[in-house]
Amino acid sequence: MQKLSLTRLSELFEIIAADRLLYLPVDNSAGQAQYKKWESGVAMSQALNTVRSAKDFFFPQTENIVDFKMAGKNIELFDSRSELENFVIFGVRACDARSFPILDKVFLAEPVDTFYQSRREHGTIITLSCTRPEETCFCSVFGIDPGNPEGDISSWIEDGEIYFEAITKKGTVMLESFRSILEGADEGAVKVQQMRTKEIMAKLPYGSLDLSGFNEDELLEKFNSPKWADLSQSCLGCGTCTFICPTCQCYDICDFDTGHEVKRFRCWDSCMYSDFTKMAHGNPRITQTEKFRQRFMHKLIYFPANNNGEYGCVGCGRCLAKCPVSMNIAKVARALGDE
Amino acid sequence: MQINEKNEFTPNIVAFCCNWCSYAGADLAGNNRLNYPADVKIIRVPCSCRVNPMFILRAFQKGADGVIICGCHPGDCHYTTGNYYARRRLTMLFSMLDFLGIDRGRTRVEWVSAAEGAKFAATMNDFVETVTNLGENKRLGDLRCRK
Amino acid sequence: MQEIMLERAAALLQDGTVNRVFGWQTGTFVYDITPSVFRSADELGHGFVYNDFCGNNLSKYLVRESKKEGKAAVFLKPCDTYSFNQLIKEHRILRGNVYVIGVPCSGKADIEKIKATGISGVTGITSDDENFAVDTIYGSQMVEKNEVLLERCKSCKSKKHVVYDELIGQEGEVQDAGRFDMVEKLEKMTSEERYAFWRGELSRCIRCNACRNVCPACTCEKCVFDNDDSGVAAKASADTFEENMYHIIRAFHVAGRCTDCGECSRVCPQNIPLHLLNRKGIRDINEYFGEFQAGEDSETLSPLTEFTKEDVEPGIVNTKGGM
Repeated sequence: MQKLSLTRLSELFEIIAADRLLYLPVDNSAGQAQYKKWESGVAMSQALNTVRSAKDFFFPQTENIVDFKMAGKNIELFDSRSELENFVIFGVRACDARSFPILDKVFLAEPVDTFYQSRREHGTIITLSCTRPEETCFCSVFGIDPGNPEGDISSWIEDGEIYFEAITKKGTVMLESFRSILEGADEGAVKVQQMRTKEIMAKLPYGSLDLSGFNEDELLEKFNSPKWADLSQSCLGCGTCTFICPTCQCYDICDFDTGHEVKRFRCWDSCMYSDFTKMAHGNPRITQTEKFRQRFMHKLIYFPANNNGEYGCVGCGRCLAKCPVSMNIAKVARALGDE
Repeated sequence: MQINEKNEFTPNIVAFCCNWCSYAGADLAGNNRLNYPADVKIIRVPCSCRVNPMFILRAFQKGADGVIICGCHPGDCHYTTGNYYARRRLTMLFSMLDFLGIDRGRTRVEWVSAAEGAKFAATMNDFVETVTNLGENKRLGDLRCRK
Repeated sequence: MQEIMLERAAALLQDGTVNRVFGWQTGTFVYDITPSVFRSADELGHGFVYNDFCGNNLSKYLVRESKKEGKAAVFLKPCDTYSFNQLIKEHRILRGNVYVIGVPCSGKADIEKIKATGISGVTGITSDDENFAVDTIYGSQMVEKNEVLLERCKSCKSKKHVVYDELIGQEGEVQDAGRFDMVEKLEKMTSEERYAFWRGELSRCIRCNACRNVCPACTCEKCVFDNDDSGVAAKASADTFEENMYHIIRAFHVAGRCTDCGECSRVCPQNIPLHLLNRKGIRDINEYFGEFQAGEDSETLSPLTEFTKEDVEPGIVNTKGGM
């Protein structure tokens, strides 16, 4: 393990930013944290987490796929991608860090999504442990330890020092690049912090959420539960939950006519929207109840059934904080788990 | 954005002209050989009231640097009341665009009758000059639609 | 207040006046309120709450619900009653199927503002007239209620209900709100400053459509942004133009119909002050076409569907405010 005095954090950022793009959580004018590019003088946010998740870096909200130009009856295709720069995301929390392997299962499975793959290859993730979890956090339910985040390099801030440990090969290489300003350290302070965080996690209201009833065998029973009607009753179908969720990954492909070419791009879509799953004959998910049910069945039952029991949720709590009608996966799991 | 032979910026102007008055006014300007810049692209609508604010936004999106709406004089609308509604609606729209920081000179409403060929040409000349001085529309343009 | 409301709701269900009641349901953290329908005294007993976090405007749900069988009761705060009136005016709600109970409101709190004071790990919140006592995992703290009101509640326009079948508590008064203060401040800025302000705000928009979906004025069966034939349909804002365009179009579509309920700003996950755009619309209408507030009654036509022969010319915009 290596450590650095917190007062020298900007030196570290300078070294990293010298040959690649560095992003970290920064407070914005609305008092929230969002990922921004680091420049000299920019301070890292003290907020527990950003409003938008880190999935934006690998799966951006809009992404150009290909351009078409018509010349008479001929169509010419243009690859509009530009060469990606290497980048580092600093300060990712344990919940968001777990979302990347979940997204990998979708985008890196055959056929591989080359856009996502390229971004993953160019990105290095430095995670940061949590010391003040909120009441909306429930990552522990999914086996995530906020005191021990995954990533390429993990870091812990304790007592004016920041500790680093490389996890992956990519992380080891990255750590070497700034080892010169680090000192060796023992794990004592980090272990103390981890114990403290575990005690806090035990006090959280959703820390003991029981997901044992959510498995393939109970699929039909959960699907047919009469509770969905009441749970979905106030859902506005806005899509806020899907857009700030670190693991939601649905997208739509659209064409835009610029006047001199057609740009085909993909953009985030939401299963909450009225035209999701709409087909030539109509939409099989007729009311909001079916759409609402689909989202949580996917995260809690369908996805784990297809992915060795890995849930499609990381317990980050963003949907708990941001839903206009305060309906979220934790309330759904609790309501349906009681059966 | 357009650059003419002299390497100067010339603006793209879209003019929504109502069929009964201002479009006829434009025709009269043409008949009388009154000059106004070729940058002005006229779109004929049955009444100024037909102009949906989304048309104006779309014009800006697709590369217009200025949008002008011409109609019959209030009180003389071919459909009696259309331009009254347009007047209120466009006041609201221009105010909202101004509130968002879009340059004021880029939008205008002018009431031109079928007999006012000279006024039509003069209006267009003036509007083109105003927009040329404002320069290219960067604030309400769509980068993807630029060549 | 909560007890009185519970009693009335139960009584109305009991005597068959209504077969369901729309109200607010308690959550896990005290501040996470969900709008809900209660069909029995039992259900009311299990979840109904009316506290300082019940900011949700229930009137929009009635668009769908008033078409269903039987009469429904609904609790409306003063600002909610304006939206209700407006929806009656637009023939979206069947008035005969709704029993409106007006409830008083002294302003609702914003949990984000409470957390901005440094509070986190909330386990409980109690309150008296002046303060919140917040219990957290990390200790307890007091916050003054006035400091953490929702932005829209800070400039409340009226505590007087404009429509009800029954009123609980004393009738309130129209307030002198100062609700156009920020709009006026923006108007005085230069064009560049305004542009910079709005770019800073709207660049955060993620097109989640929460503002549109919660807005009582946005009840179109097929929204122009969901309609591929409209030319503006998009699921995401691909660039700065589309970010601006969505909000200009939405503000324009609700102009003259916006009841200033403030829900759009409350629900925005990125804390964009959307109410400013709508208030600009209201202020323009007041200034150019006469004082008008949508929802004050259910008869008066919106100024944008009327005209006078002496209306101002659009060029008047060029004479106003900062250049």
